[in-house]
This record gives sequence, C-alpha cells and structure tokens, in this order.
Amino acid sequence: MPVPVRLRVNNAPREHTLDPRVLLVHYLRDHCNLTGTHVGCETGICGACTVLVNGKAVKSCTMFAVQADGAEVTTIEGLATNGHLHPVQQGFWERHGLQCGYCTPGMIMASVHLVATGAAGSREQIAEGLRGNLCRCTGYSHIIDAVEQAAQAEVVRG
Amino acid sequence: MADQSAPYVGQAMKRIEDPRLVRGAGTYTDDLRLPGMLHASILRSPHAHARIRKIDTAAAKAIPGVVAVLTGADVNAACGLVPCAAAIPDLKAPKHTVLAGDRVYFVGHPVAVAIATDPYIARDATDAIDVDYDPLPVVTNMEDAVKEGSPLTHPDLGTNVAYTHSVAGGGDIDEAFRKADRVLKHRLYHQRLTPMPIEPRGAVASYHTGEATLTLWSSTQIPHLLRTLLPGMIGVAENKLRIVAPEVGGGFGCKLNVYPEEALLCHLAMRLNAPVKWIESRRENAAATIHGRDQIGEYEIAVKNDGTILGIKSRTLADLGSYLQLLTPAVPTLTGLVLTGSYRIPAVKIDIVGLYTNKMSTDAYRGAGRPEATYLIERLMDVVAHELGIDRIELRQKHFPQPKEFPFTTACGVTYDSGDYQAALAEAKKIGNWDQMLKDRAAARAAGKLSGIGLSTYVEICGMGPSKAMPAGGWEWGCVRMEISAKVTVITGVSPHGQGQETTFSQIVADRIGVPIGDVVVLHGDTNVAHYGRDTYGSRATAVGGSAVVMCINKIIAKAKTIAAHLLETTEDHVEFANGIFSSPGVTTRQLSWAEVAGEAYVAKNLPPGLEPGLEASSFFEPENFTYPFGTHICAVEIDRDTGQVKITKYIAVDDCGPQINPLIVEGQVQGGIAHSIGQVLFERTVYDENGQLLTGEFMDYPLPRAADIPEYVLGATVTPTPVNPLGIKGVGEAGTIGATPAIANAVLDALEPLGITHMDLPMTPERVWQAIKTRSTATV
Repeated sequence: MPVPVRLRVNNAPREHTLDPRVLLVHYLRDHCNLTGTHVGCETGICGACTVLVNGKAVKSCTMFAVQADGAEVTTIEGLATNGHLHPVQQGFWERHGLQCGYCTPGMIMASVHLVATGAAGSREQIAEGLRGNLCRCTGYSHIIDAVEQAAQAEVVRG
Repeated sequence: MADQSAPYVGQAMKRIEDPRLVRGAGTYTDDLRLPGMLHASILRSPHAHARIRKIDTAAAKAIPGVVAVLTGADVNAACGLVPCAAAIPDLKAPKHTVLAGDRVYFVGHPVAVAIATDPYIARDATDAIDVDYDPLPVVTNMEDAVKEGSPLTHPDLGTNVAYTHSVAGGGDIDEAFRKADRVLKHRLYHQRLTPMPIEPRGAVASYHTGEATLTLWSSTQIPHLLRTLLPGMIGVAENKLRIVAPEVGGGFGCKLNVYPEEALLCHLAMRLNAPVKWIESRRENAAATIHGRDQIGEYEIAVKNDGTILGIKSRTLADLGSYLQLLTPAVPTLTGLVLTGSYRIPAVKIDIVGLYTNKMSTDAYRGAGRPEATYLIERLMDVVAHELGIDRIELRQKHFPQPKEFPFTTACGVTYDSGDYQAALAEAKKIGNWDQMLKDRAAARAAGKLSGIGLSTYVEICGMGPSKAMPAGGWEWGCVRMEISAKVTVITGVSPHGQGQETTFSQIVADRIGVPIGDVVVLHGDTNVAHYGRDTYGSRATAVGGSAVVMCINKIIAKAKTIAAHLLETTEDHVEFANGIFSSPGVTTRQLSWAEVAGEAYVAKNLPPGLEPGLEASSFFEPENFTYPFGTHICAVEIDRDTGQVKITKYIAVDDCGPQINPLIVEGQVQGGIAHSIGQVLFERTVYDENGQLLTGEFMDYPLPRAADIPEYVLGATVTPTPVNPLGIKGVGEAGTIGATPAIANAVLDALEPLGITHMDLPMTPERVWQAIKTRSTATV
C-alpha cells in the first residue's frame, strides 16, 4: 500500500507517494533523479550511499524512504553552493582523493560530517572516522590528505 | 622537464575528470534511464554442482509488472557461448552458455532471468521461481581435483585438468641441479581473491528497430573487445553494434571480460523490443564476477653455498574455477614469464596444471600472474638468504643484471627492456633510512617486541603489449583532431576507469601541440566515437595508448607545417614549430597560430596543391616489446603477541615506471596498488566450504582494507625510460600490487623469525599469526 512522504532534499520540498519498501537511496536516485548517491553493497558496509539526514551521515541503503518523512536530506548534489565546491569536494579534487569516483560521493558526505562535527582533527581521527566507507582505488592516503586539508580550511574559515 | 615548451608533462596537476565526479555528476551504468526501460534480475544457483530437474516459472510470471521469465532453454541458442581468448594447446573447455543448461557448476551460476517494469518487482519474480535441483558431488580443492578418482567438475570432459603447460628455459636445468651444493624446497599458496570494485557490474541494452542497431552500455574495461567478441554470440554484426563504457567504478581486471550477462542483455533488448537494465548486487559480484590468483606452487631452487642460484623448478596448480572466462587459462602462464624476477637465474623449468573446480572462474585481477611470480621469487630469495646465512640484500644484488646488460633476456624467454635495479634499491634504502630501520628493529626486539622488516626488489610485465604475444592484438589506436576553432579533440581506444587519462593525455597533447590544456578534450569509451581500440588493462593505457596519441600529434604537426609553408611562401624545411606557433625565421617575420593554420585546413581555399583538407590524424601504435617496470618496496611491521595483529609501521616504495606524466596520479596508482596488497597479505581470502558454498559473499565476510589499516607512505622514484615507445613510459597501474605483497609478507615472517616461524600462507590474519605464535611458544617452552 503506497504511503505519502514529505521531506526536503537539498533545500527543496519533495512530496511523493511511495511503496513503503523503497529504500532511501532508491528514492533519491529513481524518484528525485539524484543519481550522485551510489549503491555499492545494499548492506550498509561500503558507504557509497552515504547522505546527510538532518545533518548526520546516514547510509541511505539501510533506511526506508518513509523513515525520512519530515527530514532534511542533503546529497552530494546539494553540497556545492552558488557553483562553488564545498571545501571537502575541493580537497578531494586538489589532493587526488578519488580515482574511479564511485565511492566518492559517499566518502565526501561522510567526510563533511566528520569535518562539521570537529571529528577530523588528526589523520588518525579521520581514518577512524572513515571506517564506514570503502574505497578500492586510492588506498585512502590521498582521501585522508583531502579531508585534512578541508578540516584546516574550515578552521581558517571559522 | 618543466620548461616553457613542456609546461604540463611532469606536473602534479589536478585531474580534469574530477569536477564532475566530486559533484556526483558522473554517469555510471546504473545512472542511465531510457524511456520504457525494463529491469532484469538473475536467479543464480545456490548449489556448487547439481542437475536441474525442473524450473517452474508460473508463479513468477503471474506477478503484476513481470514482463518475462526466461531460462537457459529459452535463450541459450540465441546467445552463443561465452568466449575464451587464450590460445593454449590441447585446452579442454566446457561449453559456457549464458544461462545454465541442465546442470549448474558453481554457486552463483545464472539459471534464469526475470524482466519487469521495476527492479523491485524483477527481484520478487526471481524469488518466486521454483527450481528443483539434484545435488551432485562437488570439487572444491585443487589438490584433490588433480588426483585419480576425484569427482569431476565437468563429468563430460572426463577430467578436471583443463591443460598442462611446461616451459624449460635458459641452460640445462638437470645440470643446474646436479651442480648445486644444496636444493631448497618451498611451497607457497597464493590465495583466491575477490577483486571487489565498489561499483558492481551492470549493463543496459537498447535495440533500435529501424536501424537494426544495438547499443550496449556496460560497466566494462573493454568496450572494443566486447564489440569484437559479442557479434559471434548474439548475431549482430560488429558495425551494427555500439558499446559504451560510461563512467566505470573501478575494474582491477574483473571488468576485463565478456560476461554472460552482457550477451543476455543484448538478446533481451532485441527479444522484448525494449531497453533492459541489469545491475549486479554485491552478493552477485562476489559470486559471479571473476576471482583472482588461487595458485599453489611447489618450488625447488638449486644453490651454491656462496648463494649463487643455478636454477628453479616450479610446479604450479592453478584453480581455474568452473569455466574459462576471457583469459582464465592464460593468467597462470604469465606467472611463468617473470618467474626469475629481477635476477639472473640461468635455468628454469616450469610446469603448470590448470584445474577445473566448482567455483567461480579465476581470471585477470590486478597484476594477473605477475603478483604470483613476484611473491614466490621474493619469498624464495628470503628463504635462500635465511637457509644459507647470507644477507638478503646482498643475495639480491648478486643476481641483479647490470644496467649496461639491458635489453636482458631471461631464462623465462622474455627480454627486459631497460632497468637499473640497484639504483631503485639504493634509493629505497636511502629514503627509508635503512640503517636506522635496522637499529629500530634491534631496539624493538631487545624490548621484547616482534618487529620485522621485509623487502622486495620486483620487476613486472606491463605496457601490454606486442601483438605477437597478445591473444587479440596489443596495439592501440588514437585520433587527434585540430578543430577549426583551434581546440583539440583527442580520441583514444583505451578505456580509462579511474586511471586519469583524460588528464594525462591532455598534458601530453597540450605540451606537444602547444595549446592551453583547457583547449584539449579527451574522448573514450564509446565505440561509435573511438572507432578502434584495445582498451585498458595490463598497465597499457598510457604506454601504448599515449604512444598512439603521440604518433597522431606528429602527423598533425607535419601536415600543419606543409600548410604553414604554403601560407608563408616557403618550403616545409624552412618552417619551425614551437609553442603552438609556426614561423620561418630568415624567410619572413610573419608567424602563424594554430587558429590560422587550422582555419585554412578546413576552409580549404588556399591549400598546397594536392593536399587533403582537414587537420586530423589517426594512428595504430604497435609496441615492439612489453615494458618492464621495476622497483624496491620496504615494509616494517610490529606484531602484537597477544592478538596476532600485524601493524605496518613504515612503508617505503620506490617505483620506476619511466618518465611520469603526472606524479600525483602515479602516486595514487602506487598507493592504491599497495592497499590491494595490504588486503591480500593481512585480510583477504575468498572462501568456499567443502560443499562449494561461498562464505565470502559480502563485504561483511570479505574484508577490504579500510582507511585505518593504511600506513603512512614514503614514496620515491627512479626514472629509467623504456626504448619501446616514444614516451619512454612503462606503466604503473599494477606496480603497487606486484611489489608490495612480498614486501609485507617478508616483513611479517622477519618479525616471526626469532620464534623460529619461517613460513605462513596468506593472508596473515591475526588468528593465523596468533596460532603460529602460540604453537611455537608452546613448542619451545
């Protein structure tokens, strides 16, 4: 039995009637046409589907869309402002924090949460904070460089 | 060379690919949405070997939204057989249909496909298919598979042996062993691995009825090889078939294949007259996308007491799984090609037995055969050094060919292009502060810690490759077009999926043509755009594909000079070209820009008589040999006695891939490759139980390295150009994975050596290390 869902995605109101079993990630990709959020495992391990729900990093393959009713969801597409990359996006670009780019949106969203919560104070802290996100290309060092740079930029920006 | 004429090559530039990818604006296969698109879901065998008695699809077909449910009986005749391109004499090969016939041969074997208007409904439909299986005896262990009386993976073949392959090279191997003071024996198991790109496979097929053409988008490394090989399966002519590799989320060799699902999707699109999408789940990826490695080797090494190695005999069992995928039987033979590593070893004898088991096929996974060879020769060097009481670095140095001896032909029959192995070793020792590392290890050991240092001085085969040594051509194609607007369009037959050739090829082109890098666009991955190519694998894209681009550039500049000479009213030999400007000093002060020359090339009102209009060139580059990158990796570890946990405390890598186009990208390739090795040595292992059930079917069970598992790296390079291509480039995509596995394994065993532990198979998990420590400690109490 389809049910109504109302939420905000990237600052825009959305209203859909959905099958309750639709996962948040599939809702974002197939109903909102926001395909930047990727599916890597459907078991909540790889983190490619990470988005922010009410400011917190959430794996959108382990949440039903109906559970996000009333929530504010931010995806990778909502991160840049006025065409300017978010410092974390900028960091990933400048420090070669991505290769194939598939894990990247989730990795960036998880990193945005780390930086925003002050949990990116050291390389060890960043590495621990990204335990929930897998990358098979980079070997992570450049990702840690990227997040470290973004965290420092945020400190400067105040 | 950061001079004015080469402002881009050699610079650690940000990638051109990245702005779209960090915004989530790349288009991967699963992001494609076509009008009227249907969704396929594949039902796979839960048994490793069984007869299919009956398939009941009635309940599945009755679900609203289900368009079709099809089995092997419905589709196999129209989909042909999955091809294997490896030419091995006397190869016994089972018929590999796209869906199972009356038997299944591995867990994950595709049995039926459901097509529906929605992917959720398609999955409901596969859940509703009822298959009656009659389980049969299972072959899971290759050492048992080779024995008389073993159950058979494919009873109709009458044997589990797919092929045997023997090579003897160099001097007389029997004489080498007769002259030996000692013969050392060692057994190594190179465990089965699952490549696990974060993007699983997927495909979308669409048939255009009017034109009778078919487009297949696939998450593949090899759109061109697919265009060559799919026509023989699905009956669509090569020139009616368009393959597109959109953004591809990692491959590591596992997308270097023709998979049954690709032919099946093509067939479904034609049969149902609608676009059809199939996206692999992670569980399917673990079960039904190729695995890597899985070789057991027994080695005998003939040595003199002074450490001189006279010869090596190797007997390798290779677990091929149940079917031959594109290169399945060829991978173990690659191991034989670099068995002697970076050493002068005068005689070798190699015997390989390829075996069928009821598992997923093995095939090319990052390094493909060379990591196996490097792991074994680098382990053997440590074994010899330990047994004879010789310093392991001195032993290696004693067997290095000297730089002036290149090209150097090995006993394995290949000719290494260029090298200075001593220089890479010296550089690694220097930047890693080797002497201090030894002191630190001594101090740690004195404090009761288990501390070890390992190294490997590896060589690999890259830049694949000369066509005479490749199954389907090893050349590469490129095209460069100077547009009328003086923008440059580059089209390459390689198919990058993370390696960054949009950036590196732009760097090469912008420097050589003399235009701003922002004026260059690199196109790839669509066979209607890049007409020919041999795609991306074997660290070949820049070495071979980049060289094709260089040939095009040279042709364009030559033609532009002809046009410029005409416009400047002189002869070509009086035209100079530098930094994007054509001039003729001493003849005229007039200079011509690309815009002027290109404008004339296309407007074509004042061209030299007989000259074709246009300013475009295409080229096929044929490499005369493989390239042989090399380097030295050094790893330091500490092991927790109580938990068996291995911690990498220092990692030094010096890789020589020839001149670097973009050091940032080279660094990323090396770091990523080392991470695969960290996974292989410390965590990863594909496990089937005795019934052929896959126990590592998810990320929960198959542990990839995570950010916190990675050490800080000290990276360096030496630069030895190859003479086999105009860029001097050797390739770097696989170096990390090839060099690092033995360095890390040697470090762990060095740490355990004081306990008398001299061997441990991979992966060296905490449990395995802890068991070894416990057993040894108990034994010595």
